[in-house]
This record gives sequence, structure tokens and C-alpha cells, in this order.
Amino acid sequence: MSLPPNPDPVLNVAITPELVQKHGLTPEEYEHIKEILGREPNLTELGIFSVMWSEHCSYKNSRPLLKGFPTQKADPDAPNQVLVKAGEENAGVVDIGDGWAVCFKIESHNHPSAVEPFEGAATGVGGIIRDIFTMGARPVLLTNSLRFGDLSSKQTQRLFRGVVHGIAHYGNCIGIPNIGGDIYFDACYEGNPLVNALCLGVLRHEDIKRGAASGVGNPVYYVGADTGRDGLGGASFASKELSEESQADRPAVQKGDPFMEKLLLEACLEMMAREGLVVGIQDMGAAGLTCSTCETAARGDAGIEIELDKVPQRETGMNSYEIMLSESQERMLVIVAKGREKELEAVFEKWDLHAVQVGTVTEGTDMVVNQHGQPVAKMPAAKLTDEAPIYHRESQEPARIAEAKNYDFSRLPVAGMETLGEALFELLGHPTIAQKRWVWRQYDHMVMTGTVVEPGSDAGVARIRLGEGKHAYIAIANDCNNRFCAVNPYKGGLIAMAECARNLACSGARPIAMTNNLNFGNPTKPESFYFLKESVRGLAEACTVFDLPVVGGNVSLYNESPTVAIDPTPVVSLVGVIDREADITKQTVKGGEAFILLGGIPTELGASYYLKVMHDLLAGDAPEVDLDAEAKVHDFVRLQIGKGRISAAHDISEGGLTVALAEMLFADGKTFGADIDISEIEPDRLDAALYGESQGRIIVAVPAKDEGKVLSDAEKFNIDAEPLGKVMDEPWLSIRTESLDDCLVWDAEELRKTWERAIPDVMERK
Amino acid sequence: MEVAVIQFPGSNCDMDAIHAVKDVIGVEARLLWHKETSLGNADAVIVPGGFSYGDYLRCGAIAKVSPIMAAVKAFAGSGGPVIGICNGFQILCESGLLPGALVMNTGLEFICDTQELAVQNSTEHFCKASLGETIRLPIAHGEGNYRIDEAGLAQLEANKQILFRYASNPNGAIGDIAGIRNEAGNVFGMMPHPERAVEGFMPSTDGEKVLRAFLRSRKLAAA
Repeated sequence: MSLPPNPDPVLNVAITPELVQKHGLTPEEYEHIKEILGREPNLTELGIFSVMWSEHCSYKNSRPLLKGFPTQKADPDAPNQVLVKAGEENAGVVDIGDGWAVCFKIESHNHPSAVEPFEGAATGVGGIIRDIFTMGARPVLLTNSLRFGDLSSKQTQRLFRGVVHGIAHYGNCIGIPNIGGDIYFDACYEGNPLVNALCLGVLRHEDIKRGAASGVGNPVYYVGADTGRDGLGGASFASKELSEESQADRPAVQKGDPFMEKLLLEACLEMMAREGLVVGIQDMGAAGLTCSTCETAARGDAGIEIELDKVPQRETGMNSYEIMLSESQERMLVIVAKGREKELEAVFEKWDLHAVQVGTVTEGTDMVVNQHGQPVAKMPAAKLTDEAPIYHRESQEPARIAEAKNYDFSRLPVAGMETLGEALFELLGHPTIAQKRWVWRQYDHMVMTGTVVEPGSDAGVARIRLGEGKHAYIAIANDCNNRFCAVNPYKGGLIAMAECARNLACSGARPIAMTNNLNFGNPTKPESFYFLKESVRGLAEACTVFDLPVVGGNVSLYNESPTVAIDPTPVVSLVGVIDREADITKQTVKGGEAFILLGGIPTELGASYYLKVMHDLLAGDAPEVDLDAEAKVHDFVRLQIGKGRISAAHDISEGGLTVALAEMLFADGKTFGADIDISEIEPDRLDAALYGESQGRIIVAVPAKDEGKVLSDAEKFNIDAEPLGKVMDEPWLSIRTESLDDCLVWDAEELRKTWERAIPDVMERK
Repeated sequence: MEVAVIQFPGSNCDMDAIHAVKDVIGVEARLLWHKETSLGNADAVIVPGGFSYGDYLRCGAIAKVSPIMAAVKAFAGSGGPVIGICNGFQILCESGLLPGALVMNTGLEFICDTQELAVQNSTEHFCKASLGETIRLPIAHGEGNYRIDEAGLAQLEANKQILFRYASNPNGAIGDIAGIRNEAGNVFGMMPHPERAVEGFMPSTDGEKVLRAFLRSRKLAAA
């Protein structure tokens, strides 16, 4: 049965192949839509299908790969079981003991940020916060992973400044601390920056809310901000490549209002605290009203009927297509227990917010949309979500991978003393490695007064107040080195996980679960798809070995600008717990310690930052990864931390051993020195020892009296542990080497200046 | 003793203030919704930080007309101790309970950092003898640049109304001013956050001393 003509004549047009294509749908997908409806869709319905079947909402290109991720613990008796699995709801939930749980997820806002960095980043933060409180959790921390082009470019500086301002604007106003993250600068992100925002919340097990519409006759409420024409079709926009015309897509970028979100957050938590009042709740994020109505109906195995005339609108004359596809921010859909409407309305009135009944849960499984007294769209809700197409894409290894792997390092003689000395300045001054204080100084990282380890360490650590004097200590780290993924996406995936877990171990934490943001190029290009497939294989394998379930995430494909596709960037974020406050460990030394290197001296130079900054080269294979050895080193570090023998720990990553050592010396308020001797353990290549990025290495600083105990324990655990030297009060970093038969010596104060000033010197230039 | 912490819709340091006063210092503290019109039997009032109404207009410009502010003004007028922290300071200035105004930081960016403050001898409790020569407290604001006309500044100086000065001015505030009081000595405003410096893991513990100094404050006998 076809529907009557739409009240807005503009929408009464024949659906042509061009129109179908403009909606990002293929002819085959269109045929499938006709089959589902048993008729031609009208334009509103076409719009609804296009957003629901975009990659952003349907994962149509990535779903087969994501099946490889473990979604729960292999060991059903282990602590920290998954309570809400990936894909079930807006975000996953994991037990942290005593009836408490954490809910967290990372999500991208790459395309909007490329076009409009401030609003794009701000609404990215807003969206992920909603995903968390929708679950019934109070958001308690934020982190983000950002990627930009070379900082020397004016375009990058503009995007970088805009994105940081946007994140600060939103998070600071709401009052959720931003306690960490990672930022890389690489030419591959020129014009296509990555903005991945993470939020974590805490809740009681019994307070978990579901996004399901159930109970025929239950009213469906719209709460929060008005609907406008902003963000029209944002989910589809995010699912195509950026082009010269992308600027014309600016209406597809939403505008954020953090104050509105703060009201919505408080009102929703207050509403959800009333037992039985809320039957289901979902935020209107990507694909707005469309996605929230059909997903809740599909989950509740029910029908849903909504009246668009009742939807609060901030513009006049909006037609059904616009209302259904708007991505105006700070809105939620709530299914309320019938008879308790007044209770809900009172809560929203207290917070001066709209709470309007826009529909009802109905018999059957149809989603029906009415406007001006007549149906404007009608479709089986579950088919929008469950029958989204799935593509098994072709994959082909790009030639550059073999080229990189076969790079002959004998072409690159080991540099002499002077160059090796300069390299440390070059590395510490590279914006990827340099101090990011310019960034996190703009984020309120202290509000909620729980930030124990502020941004800039291996992991951020927050103390969460649980009431009645009880606390939880949560650690979080994000990681992904695109260079490793570019030369070996499988190992790149393994390394992202290994490094992230290592960062948590260095902070004294035990990881409990993972969320990821897969940022890749166009999946219909076999070489791009190869990167996605291989990276996911690496991540999944590491998750399995570490027994860390994936509790959700986001896939952002089509990250290509007219000139370049980004390097594969599977951002990993791990959440960990620390049982005792005393176990929280930072990366900077306190004075008087001895350094011990765990995992052995680095020997590989492949894809390192040393090659990048000194030779402008991306070559060699990614370093070897031994996940079992990794896990053993992490356990050992946690064990020694528990025994109170470790005063600082830092892993070897970008810039290698020497950069890691230098960073450990940059303590708050004092720069220490170090007297290091590697002559006994020096490998063939001194450059690889100093600056190589071999995996599974952690440098620990231990009080001199404990050095022997840590070394003998390491021997018992069969862990490679080498004494490196000691912390000095005078700020000189000195490394004795066998091959130079001399010491490399740096003024640590000068090193620190280079590290601290690299970003402000560019960004503060007015 | 009981402390009322005013809760505007966009307050976000309200729970932190309660935690510091109640859990750390051990004085009873409760939230008070901005639509209320009475302070009940509160002995002291904290106007906490945050973005009371999103700060889209001027910070504090809408909060000052919230129903509870009439009660706060009456309480202050009768000598009750009131402190505004960060956004709370902005609100007290907008309300006329404190002189001057706070505008955008000269660097045009939000700054979250820990600052060294030179303690000024202002009252019996806000003085070097009780707080020390210098203290360290976190700041977190985009509009903390204190402004006042010359005559007003001269008056602040003459009446010893300045509580703290930044050792290294982060926001362009005139006279490096980080916090002030009213002439009577019972209304205080400061951009730094004492409630963020009350436990060992925080950037310092000097905030506890500042909050205690506030809780001991009463209207000066002869101002």
C-alpha cells in the first residue's frame, strides 16, 4: 500500500537512480529497499534508509571483520565480566566489583572536524557523553585521540587549534575532566584530521538502562533541545570521502550546546534514578530521530508511531525529511512507563527542558511517522537495522608493504656521535613526542577532583567517588602508531594493543576491557580494505591473548582527502583498574633511583620515529611482537609495584630508549640527570639501541635499596632485566656505549626546553 | 555548622565543594537548588564554579537573577560569610556583592593549571600568619581576568580587600589579583579553586587552609 503524497510538495518527487546515488545507496540496495517495503519508497523513506544503511550506522563494510573480536572474557570466573556487550546498546558495560560497573566507548568525529574543526570536535565530545549517560552511567572522564598533518602547515595549525578549542569548550562547560589521550602529527592526516573522543561513566549494575521500546501503549517522549536543520544526513556525510565540495556540506556539521547537554545529563540521570519510570532510552546521535526510533523499536521487538507535529522545532516549515534526518544535538528519546508521564515531565521542568510526548509504542513491528494528520513514512523497524547490507570486500596487499619490509638497513650506516646526539633533540622536538601541555592545559583536567595522574603520563588515572567514602581508581590509555600500521597493519594492530596494555601496567593498572576506533580509507578499494582487515586481525588476536573483551567502538571509513588516504589508524583504548591508591605509578623519577630495563635492549629500527625525523623515511618492518612475553613483563611490573619497589615506570615507544629515559627525568618542578651505561648489552646497531622502538620494553626506576631484589625477582620470572644506571641530581643525561668507546652526553635542561617548547613555539605565534 | 552550596543548572564544581567541606574538613554541607528562595539555617554559603547558564552571555549575568540570589544578598548583608569560587566569583561580581568584573583571559584560551599565589594580609583569617606567605592552588577558567577602575583598585588596596595575587599572572588580571573580599570582610571571591587542593594526591593541600579560613570568617566588627 503506498502512502498519500507528502504535505510538503518538494518531497513528492519520483525516486530516480540519481537520487538513489546521491543518498549513497547502490542500485542493489535500492532494490532491496523496494523488496522490504513491497513498493517504491518515498523521499522521506529513502532518506531514512540511506542514513540507517550508512557505514556509520550499519557497519556494512566492517561487520564481518568485527566478528573476530572477543566480546566477553574467556574465563567466566575472572573478575571484570562484561555486563553489556559490544553492539547490544549505545555503549558496553564492564563490572568493576562491589556492584559497580564502568561504561565506556570511543567514537569518531573526523569528517565534521575536517570541515569545521571547532564544532566538529565539540559535538564529537557531546555525542560520546550522551552515549554514556544513556546507559544510566554518570560520565566521569574523557580522553581523546587526535591525528593531524605536519604541524608546520598553516592548515594543520588551524585545524589543531580549532579541534582543541572545541573539545575544551564542550568538556569544560559540562564539567567532565579530560584526563588523557594521544596526538600524532603526520603528513598523511593533512586535510583529514582524526578526532576520536572517549567518555567513561560509572554506574551500579542494577541501574543499567536499555535502548528498547517495549510495552504496547507506553508513551514515547522527546527530551532536550529543539530540532533544526543542522547536521542533515551527518551519518551519510561521514560515510564518504572528503572532497573539494565537502565545504559545501557544512550544514551536515552539527552545532553543539554543552550547557544544554549538561541540563540533559542531569535531568536524565535524575529521571533514571526513579525506579521503573524509564522503560527505554536512546540518544539522538547519528541519524537523529530516525535511528533512535527504529533502533529502540527493533530492540524491543515492537512497533513505534510518532507524530512529527509534536517534535519541538526551532525553525519553521521543516518537512518530514528534514525532521527525520536532522542531527541537531542534545536530544534524547525516552520510553516511559504509562501512567507516570507527570513524574517525568516534572523532572524536565525542574531543569527547564522540553519533555514532549511524540509517539507511542505500538503493536506489530512497524515504524510509522505521521505529519499533519497523515503517514509520511512507514516501514518495518527491525528490517532497517537487521537487514542492512553486509559487504565482504576484496582485499589486496599494497606493494608498499613488501617494499618497506625488504628495506636493506645496510644502506643506512650507523650515525656518528654528533648525529646520534642531535637525534635526541630532533625527536623530543617532534610534535608527536613533544610535551602536549599546550593542549591539555586548555582542558579542565581537574574538575571532579579525582585526577591522580594528569595527562602526559603513560596513562591517565582518576579516583572516582562512589559515595560513603568508597573510591574506585580507573586508569585509561589510548594508543595507535600509524607508522607501524602503514608498513604492517597486522603487527600494527598487535602493537597498538600491546602498547596500550603496557601503558596501563606502567601506571600500576590491570586492564579490563577495550574499545576501539577504526579509522581507515575507502573500503571499496582493495588496498584500503587490506589495511582494515589486517589491523582488525591483529587487534583481535591481542584481545584474545590478553583476554580483554571489546565492549564497543566505532568505525570511520572513507578517511581520504582529494590527495591522500590516511595511514591505517586503529585507535585502541584500554580501561584498567588499580586496587590500591599506593599502586598508582607515574613516569617521572623522584631522585636517588636506579634504572632497570625490562624486556631487553631494543634492536630494531623499522618504521621508527628516528627514521622519520633523521631520514624522512618510512621503511623496514614493524618491530617483532611477542604477546606472551609482553603479558609477562606487564605482570612483573604490576607485581613489583604492588611490593612498593617501583617509583616510576615508562614504556619504550616513539623515540626509543633514549627518549623514554629523558622523559622520565622531566619531573614536576625539577629536571634530573642520569648516568647510563649500555656498553655491556649493546647490539650491532647503536642507533637501534638508542632510538629503535622494539616492543615489550619497560624502564623502571627503583629505589637503590630495591635494585637487587627487583633484579633477582626478574631472574626468577625469567624476565630479561638489565641494570642501566642511576638517576643523578645534576641535570646531565649521559650514556656510555661500547661502539663509540665514549659517552653521549646531553644537558637535560636543554632537552626539556626543546620538548616543552616545540608545540607552544608554533601555536603561540600570533 | 552547616554550609549551603548553591547549585545553578550549569554548576559543575558543586559536588567537589561538598566533598571538600564535608568529607575532608568534616563540616556539614548540602546542595541548594537555585530556584529556592531561602537559605534555611545555613551558616555559610559557597557559590561554586562551573558554567551556571552556559556563560553564553556574560559569566554570571543570568545567575545573578536566579531566585536564590536575593536570599544570598540578604544573608551577606547581615554579615553571613559567602564565598564565590571561579564562576561563583563571577556571579558575585555580577550581583554587586563584590566590586569589579572578570573578562576573557588575555591569551584568549581556557587555562587549567596550578598557580602560585602570594597571600595578602587581608583579614584575621585570610593572612600570611594563617595561610603562609605563598600557597599553590589550581585555576581553571577562560574568563578570569579581573578588571576594576582605578578608583576601585585604590579602594581595594586601601581597605586591604585583596586576598591573593598571582606570582606569575596567567590571565592579565589587574594588579595580579586572584581573589578579593568585600569591604565588610564577609564576602569573598577567588578564581583559584581551593576545593581542588584538599587531599594528598591533588596538586596541593593549601585549599583546605583557605576553606577553613573562610569557614571561620564573620563580618568584621569595624570595617
